[in-house]
Amino acid sequence: MLTLYKRRRFINWLSLSISVCAMGFGLFWLAWILWTLLVQGLPGINLNMFVQNTPPPGSQGGLGNAIWGSLMMTTLATLIGTPIGILAGTYLAEFGHRGWLAPVTRFINDILLSAPSIVIGLFVYEVYVVRVGHFAGWGGTFALAIIVIPVVIRTTENMLRLVPNSLREAAAALGAPQWKVISFVTLRAARAGILTGILLAVARISGETAPLLFTALNNQFFSNNMNQPMSNLPVVIFQFAMSPYDDWRSLAWAGALLITFSVLTLNIVARILFRQKSNTN
Amino acid sequence: MPTSQLDHRLKRQNLLDILFRGLTRFSALAVLTLLLGIILSLVIGSVPAIKEFGWGFLVSSDWNPVTDRYGALVPIVGTLVTASIALLIAIPVSFGIALFLTELSPQWLRRPLGIAIELLAGIPSIIYGMWGLFIFVPFFADHIEPWINDHLGHVPLISPLFTGPNMGISILAAGIILAIMVIPFIASVMRDVFDVVPSMLKESAYGLGATTWEVMYRVVLPYTKIGVVGGIMLGLGRALGETMAVTFVIGNAHRLNASLLYPGNSISSALANEFTEAVGDLYTSSLIELGLILFFITFVVLSLARLLLLKLTQREGR
Repeated sequence: MLTLYKRRRFINWLSLSISVCAMGFGLFWLAWILWTLLVQGLPGINLNMFVQNTPPPGSQGGLGNAIWGSLMMTTLATLIGTPIGILAGTYLAEFGHRGWLAPVTRFINDILLSAPSIVIGLFVYEVYVVRVGHFAGWGGTFALAIIVIPVVIRTTENMLRLVPNSLREAAAALGAPQWKVISFVTLRAARAGILTGILLAVARISGETAPLLFTALNNQFFSNNMNQPMSNLPVVIFQFAMSPYDDWRSLAWAGALLITFSVLTLNIVARILFRQKSNTN
Repeated sequence: MPTSQLDHRLKRQNLLDILFRGLTRFSALAVLTLLLGIILSLVIGSVPAIKEFGWGFLVSSDWNPVTDRYGALVPIVGTLVTASIALLIAIPVSFGIALFLTELSPQWLRRPLGIAIELLAGIPSIIYGMWGLFIFVPFFADHIEPWINDHLGHVPLISPLFTGPNMGISILAAGIILAIMVIPFIASVMRDVFDVVPSMLKESAYGLGATTWEVMYRVVLPYTKIGVVGGIMLGLGRALGETMAVTFVIGNAHRLNASLLYPGNSISSALANEFTEAVGDLYTSSLIELGLILFFITFVVLSLARLLLLKLTQREGR
């Protein structure tokens, strides 16, 4: 009896210790990566990084054009993807009780959500870059927008489902037509959650590299022209990190630090925002 | 207000309703069109390669831009092997993390620790790649690979897998980095499905004198089996399609090697490395066919994952 009891206690103790180790294992990598970024990237962060353009090999420079290009493409992609995402999410939550369209869309959307981003880059290359004949900022924007859409659809639908039905019924009882109920009552009630989704989508696309490789490519100079190849942080980091030049590598580290901390800040802000919203309810 | 005016307003609002409904429906349809478009464009793009190589493309290990002969075997094997290594490491670790977050952690630590693990998923993959190439790979080459060569390289049966040069850049290194990347995805799905288990079930088991481990292993895990498998498949989908992190550390070598310590190639890193430099229709088209194969594999895996998770939520409703 006692030995069985002891054995069970021992197995329990062992597995729980392993579980604590697993937690430590996960945190260990996070700490290691962030520490590396700080050590390697901090020396490169200065004003020049933001105002100067990417240098030719062996000379000083900054990431100004890359940062600007990334900001442009991320902003435009969010502006294109968000409305489509919100509308489709609204359809799934509000109109999708009958028929085949809603369940199929939901399923497909879940797949698009984790589809390999490099395939999306290939798709945009085939339908856009090949047609216009050259790489362009718009191509990168479209590819990023395609990544934004499923994230926004998912959160919009989930958030709309959290809105109590009594709100919809109350608005309908006052005689409001359905479009008014949805846009002025339900969507408004769910806006903090939807905003969280948009922020997460922005965080996701700001670090995406693979879809930009075949679409926006890169540009050594400052450019506002969305019809030309456009510089952007992830691809610059990729090229500079793979290069043999020390100047380029240190710029790549500085860019990596910048991207990671912006993305992590966005992630944390989104979660805090969502938490406040769920507290007030 | 005269009735005709009311009628008019009612009609207008009805029209707006129909418009609004149509607009949302159109957006939902756009998502379906997107998926069809992706599949269609990949198929059309790979027609020249399919015509030239047929089914042989899948089993040929040629990759020679000079003679224009291509085969997908090396990248496919690389993708599958790296993803399997990633899962072998990530599944037990994620289970441990989910167990810690649901059963062991003090209440006040749960949220910060959960967010920390999710942040691991937030780090862009190119950062994993850079960190992998400059920090992890040298460390791996200096400290871990010699150990593997010395200890696992002589064990019968598995020794061919673990003998090779100590240069760091290898399929194994890529698999380990992929594991770190998919841990947060699997762990958060596991945590979520573990939370679904009715506390009455767990409390009954505890009441009968079960230990925490027994409750997890014999009550929670069987109850959430389907969801756990769904989460694992989701992680597998991620691992298969991951590009940048793998590209940095896998070495982009079109050779088939029994050993995990040699460089190799995966579908996504072949695309990332070669697509913009590919000249000639057949080369480009072969790369697009690789993309099609990758999309097909992830599509199947992710569909299975979703179906399994869907099954679990249906049971939850009962």
